[in-house]
Amino acid sequence: MSTEWPLWEIFIRGQHGLSHRHVGSLHAPDAEMAIRNARDVYTRRNEGVSIWVVKSADITASSPDEKGPLFEPSNAKIYRHPSFFDIPDEVENM
Amino acid sequence: MEAREAALFELALRMGDTALILGQRVSEWCGHAPALEEDIALANTALDLLGQTQMWLELAGEVEGKGRSADDLAFLRDAWDFRNLVLAEQPNTDFGHTIMRQYLIDAWNRLMLDELQNSADARIASIAGKAARETAYHLERSRDLVIRLGDGSEESHARMQAALNTLWPFTDEFFEADDGDALLAAEGIGPDTAALAPQWQREVQASLAAATLDIPEGRTNPSRSRSGRHTEHLGHLLATMQWLQRAYPGARW
Repeated sequence: MSTEWPLWEIFIRGQHGLSHRHVGSLHAPDAEMAIRNARDVYTRRNEGVSIWVVKSADITASSPDEKGPLFEPSNAKIYRHPSFFDIPDEVENM
Repeated sequence: MEAREAALFELALRMGDTALILGQRVSEWCGHAPALEEDIALANTALDLLGQTQMWLELAGEVEGKGRSADDLAFLRDAWDFRNLVLAEQPNTDFGHTIMRQYLIDAWNRLMLDELQNSADARIASIAGKAARETAYHLERSRDLVIRLGDGSEESHARMQAALNTLWPFTDEFFEADDGDALLAAEGIGPDTAALAPQWQREVQASLAAATLDIPEGRTNPSRSRSGRHTEHLGHLLATMQWLQRAYPGARW
């Protein structure tokens, strides 16, 4: 058995209405302590109203090798980008 | 000072000095804790306690009426003038001792602050209101760690039991009351400490049972802090904490 605590990815929601955002990672023996550690490490300056923790090992990531096939095709399809609209200043989080 | 002011001064010192001395002890872990996450959590706790110190000692100075600031009280008094619970000054020893000391005092602080929030003295109620929330978190955290470590590996259990055996006798003085306390309780300013003792016992007995730890029997410790009689550890702690103001009186950033 490994004596190292597993790594957790921490997501914090800054205010109501926004999504949780990835803020970093930390070590903890289980989910409950990961939440506490996240509270102490990442919300010291009143950054959040909600915390999610996910075991890093449970995240499946896309492979950097497949970057071309995965992402480049959408580059050329400008009609998918809504860049022809003016966004009013009042819409802050888009 | 009149008896009422004198009692109020003592109460503010007991709360403020306990927070100050425990905060100073916990801050000794800064940069040395067993894990980075724990290091930051302990530093947060120490800073919270120093914040509580500031409020309580400011009130003490105000009540005393001799123009002493919170800093004067923290840095220019000698050991026999301190009124902190003697448990707070006990050395860190290891992480187990540190967490056990923290838990026993957090449970005391939580009860005291809950009561003091309803104080007839608005200044006390306001300070207790500000300190109560973070102290509730401190207690949740230290209780959780006591249970995890007590009911953990063979080694962590042995360390927590050793810490409990050493530190438990110092809790005897937690809820003692003298004439001054009775006066404050009668006026609704201070807590009825006799009523708090069983609540503290219940909290601590339940958590220590969950931690599979045995409360040592037959070991008691006479009251000390109310008369300014401390263990030998306080003088060393104060030497470290106060030396700069003692060597360079009035030094500022």
